[in-house]
Amino acid sequence: MDLKQLAKEIRKDIFKTAYNGGSGHLGGAFSCVEILVSLYFSVLKYDKNNPLWKYRDKVIFSKGHGCLALYSVLNKIGYISKEQLNSYCKLNSNVGGEPKYMELDGVEATTGSLGRGLSFSIGIAIANKLDKIDSKIYTILGDGECQEGTVWEAVMSAGHRRLDNLTVILDYNKLQAMGNIDEILNLGDIKKSWESFGFFVYEVDGHNIDKLIEVLKDNLNNKIEKPRLIIANTIKGKGISIMENQPIWHYRLPSEKELDIFLNELEMTKEELFL
Amino acid sequence: MRNAYLKTLYKLAKEDKNVLSLISDNGLIVYDDFKNDFPEQLLNFGMSENNMVMAGCGLASCGKIPFIYTISAFLAFRSFEFIRVDACVNNLNVKIVGIGSGVSYGYLGPTHHSTEDIGVLRVLPNLTIFSPSTPLMAQKVTEQAYKIKGPVYIRLGTNNEKEFYSENYNDNIKKLNNIIDGKDFYIISTGSIAYDAFKACQKLNENGYNIGFIDANCLKPFDSETLINLSKNCKNFIIIEEHNIISGLSSIVSDVIAENGLNCKVYKIGLNDVFAKGYGNHNQVKKQNGLDYDNIYLKIKNILENK
Repeated sequence: MDLKQLAKEIRKDIFKTAYNGGSGHLGGAFSCVEILVSLYFSVLKYDKNNPLWKYRDKVIFSKGHGCLALYSVLNKIGYISKEQLNSYCKLNSNVGGEPKYMELDGVEATTGSLGRGLSFSIGIAIANKLDKIDSKIYTILGDGECQEGTVWEAVMSAGHRRLDNLTVILDYNKLQAMGNIDEILNLGDIKKSWESFGFFVYEVDGHNIDKLIEVLKDNLNNKIEKPRLIIANTIKGKGISIMENQPIWHYRLPSEKELDIFLNELEMTKEELFL
Repeated sequence: MRNAYLKTLYKLAKEDKNVLSLISDNGLIVYDDFKNDFPEQLLNFGMSENNMVMAGCGLASCGKIPFIYTISAFLAFRSFEFIRVDACVNNLNVKIVGIGSGVSYGYLGPTHHSTEDIGVLRVLPNLTIFSPSTPLMAQKVTEQAYKIKGPVYIRLGTNNEKEFYSENYNDNIKKLNNIIDGKDFYIISTGSIAYDAFKACQKLNENGYNIGFIDANCLKPFDSETLINLSKNCKNFIIIEEHNIISGLSSIVSDVIAENGLNCKVYKIGLNDVFAKGYGNHNQVKKQNGLDYDNIYLKIKNILENK
């Protein structure tokens, strides 16, 4: 499968779903597309016919506001139907603007209010250890989210317990709702701080699928008894020139005039948008 | 109550390896037996209550049954959002066990008091709330909490609460317990202060009154049915609680009375929209705040005499 092409299609789906739903955190969804594509199509262990398979790897999507990327990927693997995706943010839908546990196949935790996914993941990681289940837990963490104190309780806890079945992937796009993270509340030296709490840290271009897969596979074969952090350097709004690195696109849909730019750059027609 | 809880938890953990005890650097020595006999089932998260609650919910999503234990003020107030979202929105099988109900931690002051915990937690859908009054009731609610498939809050007293139940007690723990039959007045109480209310009721009846005593060990779901039945013959209820009278047992009873048009009077004895004052042992702090046995007795007598 051409994963670059798949990532393109997923961006189209994200935009289409958000536009028709009338809402969506586009910037943060576009920044983690390659991360999710690499995960779901290279290393993740799951059963397409049994989303609750006991031995599945689990993805905890802590940066819940970016869920359109998750939903679109879950649609590609068959966990969410096209009809469900099209019902996004509609009154009688269970596909909401933040993911909710047990409402959709493949959504392993309720997230959205930030700073919660990593602790929830720790519980799963401990349970797997107790039950001797050799499955992995991947937590997709936002960078702005790391300003929440609970993230640091969890970092300490995972490091202290040497949870080597837990991998955190940081979608490090350097922006938060109102501007640059460094200007609002800077995160310090991420690599050093996480290492100091007992994590093994990788760093990678978060839009380069080949490199991401390389790191994810290396991580899988890595026998070090530590939890892992993959710092994925990304661009918020990746793929749309007017959206890239612009804080205003944290939670906004394009105007009529901007719509053409989105359609052009996503290589889709207006008809496709409303299909 | 704490010992009764720990004994019951020990028994449950022995029978079911999915029962886990999550603690937050609280309970030195008292957890020694558990630690020695089931080391894998005891998880100390250090002083990170929020992480502990959320990790507990993650464990529950994998079929574990975590009993998440620390000082109730640090659970109900500090970890409220995580109890709300991770435990209750997800409707996960976690047991939130708060130690130090009311002003049990008398020497430590309002940071350690839980005098609004019932109020903040009873608004959460899916959550069952137990507030046992005696060691036997602490045992019974812990056993019941294990059987319930969903989030439960247990509010425990810290000190050596006295027993007023027969050891043969085998009623439905979710129902109101009619301990003393009465006529025109009924006292309803919950938690460790119920013993003082019970003794005051006995004393008043020895002095010629005829008042009943109800003990409420389950506050949510609340046994409205028993209250409605009692109200057919009794029109006065005196609520005694070691909690703010706003949102606690007084409010629960008032809701039932108003909603069902019961035409009854509710007298509220508790903290009247204040934080408890003073420092001292449990009883001294209760006394300072008008909630010890003597004060309860006099306040009830005053109500009866002025009726």
